[in-house]
Amino acid sequence: MSRVIKVDYLARVEGEGNLFVELEDGRVTRVEVGIFEAPRFFEAFLRGRKYYEVPDITARICGICPIAYIMSSSRALEKILGVEVPEEVEKLRRIVYLGEWIESHVLHVLMLHAPDFLGYESVLSMARDYPEVVKKGMKLKWWGNQVIKVVGGRSVHPVSCRVGGFYRVIKREELLPLLRELSYVKVWARELLEWVLKLPIPDLKRDVEFVSLRGEKEYPILKGRVVSSKGLNMSEEEFEENLIVEQTKYSTSLRYRLKGRSYYVVGPLARYNNNYDLLDPEVRGVIESHGYGATLHNSFQSIIARVAEVYHAVLELEELISSYREPHQPYVEGAVRRGVGAAITEAPRGMLYHKYEINERGYVINANIIPPTSQNLASIEQDLLALGNKLATLNLADAQWLAEQTIRNYDPCISCATHFLKIRYIKH
Amino acid sequence: MRKLRIAVYKFSSCDGCQLQFLNLEDELLQLSDFIEFALFYEARRYVGSGPYDVAFVEGSISTPHEVEVVKKVREESRVVVAIGACATSGGIQALRNWADTEEYKQYVYPRPEWIEVLKYAEPPSKYVKVDYEIRGCPVSKEQLLSFILQLLKGKKPTLPADSVCVECKRRGNVCVLVAKGVPCLGPVTMGGCGALCPSYGRGCYGCYGPMIDPKPEALNARFKELNIKPKEIQLLFKQFTNWSKEFRKVIEEYE
Repeated sequence: MSRVIKVDYLARVEGEGNLFVELEDGRVTRVEVGIFEAPRFFEAFLRGRKYYEVPDITARICGICPIAYIMSSSRALEKILGVEVPEEVEKLRRIVYLGEWIESHVLHVLMLHAPDFLGYESVLSMARDYPEVVKKGMKLKWWGNQVIKVVGGRSVHPVSCRVGGFYRVIKREELLPLLRELSYVKVWARELLEWVLKLPIPDLKRDVEFVSLRGEKEYPILKGRVVSSKGLNMSEEEFEENLIVEQTKYSTSLRYRLKGRSYYVVGPLARYNNNYDLLDPEVRGVIESHGYGATLHNSFQSIIARVAEVYHAVLELEELISSYREPHQPYVEGAVRRGVGAAITEAPRGMLYHKYEINERGYVINANIIPPTSQNLASIEQDLLALGNKLATLNLADAQWLAEQTIRNYDPCISCATHFLKIRYIKH
Repeated sequence: MRKLRIAVYKFSSCDGCQLQFLNLEDELLQLSDFIEFALFYEARRYVGSGPYDVAFVEGSISTPHEVEVVKKVREESRVVVAIGACATSGGIQALRNWADTEEYKQYVYPRPEWIEVLKYAEPPSKYVKVDYEIRGCPVSKEQLLSFILQLLKGKKPTLPADSVCVECKRRGNVCVLVAKGVPCLGPVTMGGCGALCPSYGRGCYGCYGPMIDPKPEALNARFKELNIKPKEIQLLFKQFTNWSKEFRKVIEEYE
């Protein structure tokens, strides 16, 4: 018996995509996660721009994770300019980045993903039955946005960050009011984690290589070595040369594979698995009291990793904000010179790679950006292949929903991924 | 009271403007007593059929497919509101309007022949009648909320029309252009952000686009007096609202 699952417009993801799954005798024969988001050619028009404009321009690739774009591009360019940012500036970067993790993760966990686990079409419908969970979650998201707003001026496309640091010193008295709500915020984050840990989570077994940065002493955000759950260990500069870009007949999206290895997964699940020991003990305690532990292999459990990171971020922000000392200089001016620099930071959705080449007058000559969603696309399709039996036996509406939920496990940001994907229309 | 039926559409863009609806954390649940997001792919699986009372449109029109969709949006919606720099001026991706799109395709894609885009990235108003424009990269969520509340009250919505410069003075900032010689587009840019950039120690980069009757040539002349390099003046105007006709004039001078 054959059947087709088709979703013309994927809902509750950022950007425009569609899905096509074909099954034959209980086996998936064709999976296509299609993208019809229009290409915007960022790498092309970055050429000829001044290096100092790059963070603000690349931020516009994604309205949900602009900080990630600002930080990866700034760090890549700082390598060329020979800039090392002082500790207090680095701390401030971590503060604003953690704010983005909270904002982006809670948006996904609460508003885009959780409704799937409980059978609601949207958070608005879910709010009727879970008003307290939704209200507190929204406040938590608000607080994450507030952190970005205080440091960056606004939560979407903040204006204060620059290559070398910040345009002006962010004062201690500007940050401290964030701690006023903190006792509540901690409770909301903990409660959201406990709520998610009780969700019914579908089963999916698949052999996956999880790739993320590895922190030395802290949970990784701004830097680290690239490691995997299967022993990979390299510098951020080596990453790109270890990638193979692929195109397949059945899918016109570009996909990434590791040389001599296979497809891989980036994102909260990968970070969690590779850095569990660096999560706040309080977070680990809550997770372990609910029977989960150091490794989460099932991509449907990504929601747990995401909300664990939210609770961790809140706890770390308490420490970072309380101990914040104003830097003497808001930024470090580098020496403009010809060169190439690459950097990876951990966007909410996973490793975000930027590489730039600039000339002796500071103009960009070449740019390359590898967003997390592009790296995960192959794995999304692999998950759908692995779900074959289930998709074949469920009634069509439920199968379609499960397939969509599988895609949403990755919190795909199609707006980010698009400039690396072929647009396609599936017509029937 | 019948709920206001709202549709939220996205074209070529970053999602940041429609995200502002979801960033109304304090108001969203209450608001849903008065409005219904009949179509909002980023937020809901459910899709209610048209016609809609109001369509908020994010993004620029840059593919033949988007032209078809935006025409359909217009047909199905009583009021069409363009939100953000992409939908009001073409956005950052309109930078390709100044270059060779074919070369761009080859630079970014291994199979450029599969990429189907229009010659220019344009605001929706190029193809359909747009009733209102809410500026910004991104739009401010307070402006979105105020716009919706005015509609709910049956009022013809109005939006702020001062320049960033006026907002900056009101905020009591020291002028970055006069005091420090930092190039700033505040005098020619539509307000609404609350003069964010000067408040954070940098010049305005014009993300709300040209104000009403902006006279950018006067600012251009001032930049020249300050000995700012011609290329840098051009890049300043050639950012998130580079395809707006007022800024285009200055950019062309340096092309």
